[in-house]
Amino acid sequence: MGAQVHGTQEYNKSKRAGIKFNEDAMKIVQKLISNYPEGKHKSALIPILHVAQAEFGGWLSAETMDYVASILKIQPIEVFEVASFYSMFNLKPVGKCVLDVCQTSSCWLSGAEDIVKYIEKKLNIKVGETTKDGMFTLKVAECLGSCGTAPMMQCGASFHEKLTYDKVDSILDKYKAEGKQRNYTDLDYKNTL
Amino acid sequence: MGKKLLIHNDKVPGIDTLEVYRAHGGYASVEKALKTMKPDQVTDEVKKSGLRGRGGAGFPTGLKWSFLAKPEGVPRYLVCNADESEPGTFKDRYLMEKIPHALIEGMITSSYALGAKRSYIYIRGEYFYVARILEQAIAEAYAAGWLGQNILGTDFSHDCYVQVGAGAYICGEETALLESLEGKRGNPRIKPPFPAVAGLWGCPTVVNNVETIAAVCPIVNMGGEEYAKIGVGKSTGTKLISASGHINKPGVYEIELGVPVEEFIYSEEYCGGIRNGKKMKAVVAGGSSVPILPTELILKTAKGEPRLMSYESLGDGGFLTGTMLGSGGFIVMDEDTSIVKNLFTFTRFYHHESCGQCSPCREGTGWMEKILKKFLDGTANESDVDLLWDIQSKIEGKTICPLGEAAAWPVAAAIRHFKDEFLEIARKKKFVDVSHYNRLNLAKV
Ligand SMILES: Cc1cc2nc3c(=O)[nH]c(=O)nc-3n(C[C@H](O)[C@H](O)[C@H](O)COP(=O)(O)O)c2cc1C
Ligand code: SF4
Ligand code: FES
Repeated sequence: MGAQVHGTQEYNKSKRAGIKFNEDAMKIVQKLISNYPEGKHKSALIPILHVAQAEFGGWLSAETMDYVASILKIQPIEVFEVASFYSMFNLKPVGKCVLDVCQTSSCWLSGAEDIVKYIEKKLNIKVGETTKDGMFTLKVAECLGSCGTAPMMQCGASFHEKLTYDKVDSILDKYKAEGKQRNYTDLDYKNTL
Repeated sequence: MGKKLLIHNDKVPGIDTLEVYRAHGGYASVEKALKTMKPDQVTDEVKKSGLRGRGGAGFPTGLKWSFLAKPEGVPRYLVCNADESEPGTFKDRYLMEKIPHALIEGMITSSYALGAKRSYIYIRGEYFYVARILEQAIAEAYAAGWLGQNILGTDFSHDCYVQVGAGAYICGEETALLESLEGKRGNPRIKPPFPAVAGLWGCPTVVNNVETIAAVCPIVNMGGEEYAKIGVGKSTGTKLISASGHINKPGVYEIELGVPVEEFIYSEEYCGGIRNGKKMKAVVAGGSSVPILPTELILKTAKGEPRLMSYESLGDGGFLTGTMLGSGGFIVMDEDTSIVKNLFTFTRFYHHESCGQCSPCREGTGWMEKILKKFLDGTANESDVDLLWDIQSKIEGKTICPLGEAAAWPVAAAIRHFKDEFLEIARKKKFVDVSHYNRLNLAKV
């Protein structure tokens, strides 16, 4: 079964039983599959993994990946191969808000390093870590196409650009107050501060 | 003011809706092509226009289209490359976000030329909200009959879909993109066969950049010959430039190809000069992959002629004294910038993004990053400069896809033009990031 192929993750059969898309999510999944010709449904894998990550706690567990494999009728290893290749998929649990701070050239030229240090200090975590309350995970990212509005970070679908320390403060305060999981697939991107 | 063909309406309120877009002349190219032209005539106009791929390589678009294999009974596909991940590049995002219908219109007109009944827009996952904007535009186009069965009452039917990626620069490489679109890891394919023969699901496929596809609309509307009159020499038409770094007015600018670099950097119409009254030190003119040039060489060619924003002029002097227009990601650095540290950010990027299939790329990018880190830590020796040079020279030409070269060129160019900076750090055994203290004050709003 799927247990071995997921490498370091422990596979829990009883958890697998609890993983199932709700009706709305299933509709989206069916629509995604219908975007491709007969027999080419594997193409829907990446979009479906985005939905799965958002629906099942912000990361892809072995059980979640197996579930996605069962929907597409492909081998679990085919799902893991893909999930482990792309940087937007989390293979370990993360905080409710993942902060992706761009560190590439244009952002670096505009102070991205200082923004990272500021967040590290403010949240008392290092890059790659999650706050104790499970609210924030800090990550660094490579160029996210906001070079003209650097420095920037992405959180869920929202792009936060032209960052200053003040701006970081109000973004993090707002997220903390709202306390909800933020996903790449969320649509409240227009909330950008 | 130069001519604008792609984003001239970007400030019109509601231009992201079909109604307003249409009221400003939108979808005219679909009407003209489907009602008055044969598919091959559209391709001919694109050939005459001299349009070159805007994704980075600058390959003539009409010629690429003419390579598309057309076996009986086999579907053909148009795939739009909206992966836009080359550091310094954000023009496709701007175009799609502000005027999504410009891309959808281009997809329909181009698909008609190619005989593609289905097309996909592959967009990087981080641009999820832009994907939603495109989907909204597509839904409007279906409702108004620009997509779907028998468009405008002709025999041409077309369906267009958006697919999001999930964070991988390599998926901008066209064969990696196709793998990703098939639901796999983004590992570039060995060519041949080229996508024109065996692309998406093994079928003949054309992959074009967002801006290339959007440019097809004005070309069909005005005719290829008229389009070719814009620009300079073989650099015809307009180009979107993403300008960032230490300039007063970063942003996306549509230029007529051939604008002098000096005018682009210093005029109020474009970048507005270097910020904080600093002097310019260097420019990366076409996205992170292209060679960096010091001020003297970006403003003037080695022959002393003014450098122009065109494929030929930026390329003048080859890699010894020139660079490339690339994707139009124009990054400007002021006098306080450490070229070594900037190079480190690029090399770390390529190491992170290498798909790992070829050893020279997978291992070489990692070594280069490690050695550059030694410079930043103040532990590098003078001989490390030669080592870096040696490693980069052993990547070029020895890999499946051009990411290897893209990682090697910036290293070579930084050493070529700024070797003293490397040597000084190695001699003093100390790295001081001066720019750090001169950055825009992050404490102020
Ligand atoms: C590593 C790598 C990354 C690339 N990234 C992009 C990209 O993000 N967008 C793009 O349009 N082309 C990109 N390209 C170029 C594509 O392979 C391809 O040449 C292009 O999409 C063709 O379209 P065009 O002829 O319209 O430019 C990349 C190439 C390489 C080697
Ligand atoms: S050159 Fe690098 S990115 Fe390209 S196929 Fe080889 S390992 Fe992958
Ligand atoms: S370099 Fe940070 S968004 Fe491009």
